[in-house]
Amino acid sequence: MTLRSLPLLLAGLLGAGAVHAGQADHVHASAAWIRVMPAGLPAGGYVTLRNEGDQPAVLDGASSVAYGSVMLHESSTDTGMGRMRMVDRLTVPAHGQVALAPGGYHLMLTGATRAVQPGQKVRVTLHFADGSALAADFLARPANAL
Amino acid sequence: MKPSHLARLVLLLGLVLLLAACHREDAQPWRLTDISGHMPDLAFQLTDDTGKPVTGDDYRGKVVLLYFGYTHCPDVCPLTLAHLHAVLQRVGPKADGARILFVSVDPARDTPAVMHAYVNAFDKRAVGLTGTPRALEALSKRYRSAFTREPSDANGQYEVSHSSGIYFFDRQGQARLLATPAASQDDLVHDLYLLLETGK
Repeated sequence: MTLRSLPLLLAGLLGAGAVHAGQADHVHASAAWIRVMPAGLPAGGYVTLRNEGDQPAVLDGASSVAYGSVMLHESSTDTGMGRMRMVDRLTVPAHGQVALAPGGYHLMLTGATRAVQPGQKVRVTLHFADGSALAADFLARPANAL
Repeated sequence: MKPSHLARLVLLLGLVLLLAACHREDAQPWRLTDISGHMPDLAFQLTDDTGKPVTGDDYRGKVVLLYFGYTHCPDVCPLTLAHLHAVLQRVGPKADGARILFVSVDPARDTPAVMHAYVNAFDKRAVGLTGTPRALEALSKRYRSAFTREPSDANGQYEVSHSSGIYFFDRQGQARLLATPAASQDDLVHDLYLLLETGK
């Protein structure tokens, strides 16, 4: 590589960085809540994600210091059977939105580091495929909340 | 026959059919699926969430809403139980004549103590039932229901796929109605109210 091509390379890298940085920057989280269960049982987490960007944002994980594990799942009750499956990636379309809501996509939060009480806010970090992240405060609500 | 007579006859026939249709609606007041005579009455030998052995006979005199699930289910089971709690609240004090029986399909993890904490987080009129795998399978099969334990993950956690219907039994323990989890709250309130009003 000649010294002359270095600025070009740098510009390329910066350009690439600018494209990749911030799927999360274009995503807004709203209506974020956790259904708190007794006896340390797994809790469901819900949030509406709106992508204001021109590119799809791909959610590929979540984490929280309040829980040992946060997984992305999808429930279904078609064919009369209640089932759950792991979801590796969930795409929020450009200028579109995806709702994680009861009975469908949701976060499964397990291994609470200490008992979460209804009314508390729990910080959950949503991770996107490009490495960007979005932190959102989830409101802890009682088990029988609708 | 004159054309005007024919027209009158057709009109009359239409009126009769319309009345018949109205009458049929009177005879079938249910909004949920009527399973009367198609499913056996309520019978089981299980353990309730206080650790007491119970049978189907212990719930005679109550309208029973039977639902299969498990406590490690974070989404569909709590959603269904939260809906049923809201339905009972909307029915009002009469709903004290009803019991939600939450039957475990995960006896390995659902001890009476865990079931107790779980059902009481939803409604005081909910009872958690657990028992031997054999007894739970017998009850599930009795209502043509099914459940399957899915493979465990790296942490030993697993999900259980299970039938998601809600079975309604009248005060005599007769199977009467079947609701899907997608049933509207209005329909559930309507039919539960009617069932509470009949056969007191």
